[in-house]
Amino acid sequence: MSDVTATIRPEEAAAKAPRQTVLADHPLVQLTLTNLRGFWREPEALFWVFIFPILLAGGLGLAFRNRPAEVLKIATVTPELASALGKEKLLDVERLSAPAAEEALRTGKVALLAEPGPGGTVVYRYDNTNPEGRTARMLADSAVQRAAGRADPVASSDQLMREPGSRYIDFLVPGLLGMNLMGSAIWSMGFAIVDSRRRKLMKRLIATPMPKHYYLLSFLFSRLFMLVIEVSILLGFGAFIFKVPLRGSLPDLALLCILTSLSFGALGLLISSRVQTIEAASGLMNLVMMPMWIVSGVFFSAQRFPDALQPVIKALPLTAAINALRGNMLQGAGLAQVAPELAVLGAWMVMCFPLALWLFRWR
Amino acid sequence: MPDPTPPLGLRVRNLRKAYKDVVAVDGLDLEVRLGECFGLLGPNGAGKTTTIEICEGLTAADSGDVELLGMRWSSHAAELRQRLGIQLQETQLGDKLTVFETIRLFRSFFHHGPGAAEVIALVQLEEKSNGRVGSLSGGQKQRLALACALVGDPEFLFLDEPTTGLDPQARRQLWGLIEQFKLAGRTILLTTHYMDEAEQLCDRVAIMDHGKVISLGTPRELITSIGVEHVVEFSAGGAARALDVPPLRSIEGVRDVRTENGNVLMQVTELHRAVPALIEELDRQGVPLTELRTHSATLEDVFVTLTGRHLRDE
Repeated sequence: MSDVTATIRPEEAAAKAPRQTVLADHPLVQLTLTNLRGFWREPEALFWVFIFPILLAGGLGLAFRNRPAEVLKIATVTPELASALGKEKLLDVERLSAPAAEEALRTGKVALLAEPGPGGTVVYRYDNTNPEGRTARMLADSAVQRAAGRADPVASSDQLMREPGSRYIDFLVPGLLGMNLMGSAIWSMGFAIVDSRRRKLMKRLIATPMPKHYYLLSFLFSRLFMLVIEVSILLGFGAFIFKVPLRGSLPDLALLCILTSLSFGALGLLISSRVQTIEAASGLMNLVMMPMWIVSGVFFSAQRFPDALQPVIKALPLTAAINALRGNMLQGAGLAQVAPELAVLGAWMVMCFPLALWLFRWR
Repeated sequence: MPDPTPPLGLRVRNLRKAYKDVVAVDGLDLEVRLGECFGLLGPNGAGKTTTIEICEGLTAADSGDVELLGMRWSSHAAELRQRLGIQLQETQLGDKLTVFETIRLFRSFFHHGPGAAEVIALVQLEEKSNGRVGSLSGGQKQRLALACALVGDPEFLFLDEPTTGLDPQARRQLWGLIEQFKLAGRTILLTTHYMDEAEQLCDRVAIMDHGKVISLGTPRELITSIGVEHVVEFSAGGAARALDVPPLRSIEGVRDVRTENGNVLMQVTELHRAVPALIEELDRQGVPLTELRTHSATLEDVFVTLTGRHLRDE
C-alpha cells in the first residue's frame, strides 16, 4: 500500500519530469471525443441521423418516380360516344348501362361519366376537386370535339421532361438534407446537454478547472465532424443512386451546410439552455421542429401555403436553408444569389447564440 | 493576513444560505487544519451538502466568508480549481465512456497530476479500465468518482457522502482508499450521515443539525463529552407486567434511561457495576431479561444525546 500512496504525494509528482503535452490531451480534444463517443455508441442516434434520411429518400424516390402517363378510366352509355372517346389513347372507355355507369362513377371506379344531353349536347359528370377528373374532362372533351370535326388552329407537339434536376427526387434530396441538418444539430446538442445536466455531470465538470467555453466549443467541433459524414452519405446516396445533380460549387455547398448547422446548433443550445429533463427537452424540440417540417418545403413546395403566410415561412431557418440548398444544387446558384437566405440563417444564429449563453444553466 | 497557527486549509465564518423558506445553513463557523481529515456529520437535511458546495465554489452563500488554502473564490477561482479535488454526491458519469476515457477527460482539465492509468490503479479499477462506466457496480462507480477527484493531484479533497448507498464491503474498500490519502498528507473535508464512517476516518468531526454546528471535536472528545462510556440495551417487550423505569435511573453508574420501541436504552459510565445491579432490579420486579446488549458509546449516541433524534431518522 505504501508504494501506492507514494505515487500521489504532491511533492513527488512535482519532481517528476513534466508530462509531455500531446494534442490528444488537450481538454478541447478530450471533450470533443467525449461527445463523439457518446453519439457513436448510441445505435438509435446513428439510425436517425444516418440511416433514416436514406430510407426516406429511397422510399419517396421510389414512390414518386416518373412513370409513363397514366391511362384514365371513364364510362359512357352510348356506342357513339364510346367510339369518339376511344380515339384518345390516354382514356380507357367502358360502355355501361346507365345504372352501372352511375354506380361506377359514384364508387370512383371511373373518373368521369360522359352522357348525351338534350339536343345533341354532351354532359360530363365528374368530381372537379379530383385532378384525375379534371384531366379526364379535358381529354374526353377534346376527343369528342375532334370526332365531331374540330380542327386545331395551331399545330402543336410535345417535348417530354425526363431530365435530372426537375424530378421529385431532385426536389426532395436538398429538402431532406436541410431537415437532417436541422434534426441532427438540435437533437445532438439538446440531448447531450440536457442529459449531462440531468446526470449532474455538468455540475461535476464545472467543479474542475475546465474552461467553460471549451465545453460549448466541443459541441461545435463534434458537430462539424459529424456534418461531413452526414452530408456526404445523403448527397452521395442521392448522386449515385438517383443521379441528383450538384450544379453549384461544392465549397459553397459546404459553407451552406456549415452555416445551417451552426444556426440550428444555436437554436438547439437555446432550447436546452435550462431544461432539466429529457422529456421536457423532447417536447420542446418537437414543438420547434415539427412546424418547420411541414411548412418549410421539405416534401412539397412552401409556395403552396397562402400568400399571407409566406413572409413568416420565409423567415424560418429551415425554409432559408432548404431554399439555399436547392438553389445551389439544382440551379447552380452562387452565394450572392442566395444572400437573403444566408441573411436569415445568420440572423437566427446571431439571435439564438447570445440568448442561449445568457439563459444557460450549468445545473 | 494573520499568521494562522496551526495552518488552516479552510476557514468558514458565519455562513448563511437560505432556499426560499428553508434555511439550509444558519451562521456556520468551521476551521479545517491542513493535513487533517475533517468530517461533517449530521442527518439528511442538516445542511452538509449546501455547506460543502459553498466551500467548493459551486453554490453562492447569502452571507459569510470562505477562505480556502488562503484564497477566496471571488479572486482566485481558477487557481483553486486546479488545487482541489471534488466528489459530488449525485454525479452520474457518462455511461457510454470507458473508465480510462473518463479519467483521461478529467485529467485533461488539470495542469499537473498523475497519468490516467496511475489514478485507475490507485482506486483499484485496473481490471475495469476498458469497461464502460455503465457496466460498473455501485462501489466501482464511487471509486471512479473518487479517481476523478484525484486526477489533479489535489491538496484539498472534498468528499460529499462518499459511501452512501454502498454495501459494507464496498464501503470498507473506499475507507481504505481514503485512509491512504490521509497518509499522503492531504486535507480532506467529508460529509457523512454514517457515524461509523466519521469515527473511522475523521481526525475531527463537526456534528451538524438544522444548518448549525452543534458539537465539534475529535470523535473521542465528542463521545467523552456526553459523559457516557457505554450503552446498555435490553428488551422488556415480552414481560407479563410493565417495567417500572424510575428505579433503573437510581442504579449506580446509570446516567439516563430511555425506552424506544419496547427496548430500554441505558447510558452507563461503569458497566461492571451497572449490569449486575440491573439484573438484580429486573429480578426484583419479576421482569424476564431478553436480548441484553452493550456497546461502547458512539457518535450516534452523541447525536441522540444532543438532539433526542437519531442520525438516520429523516
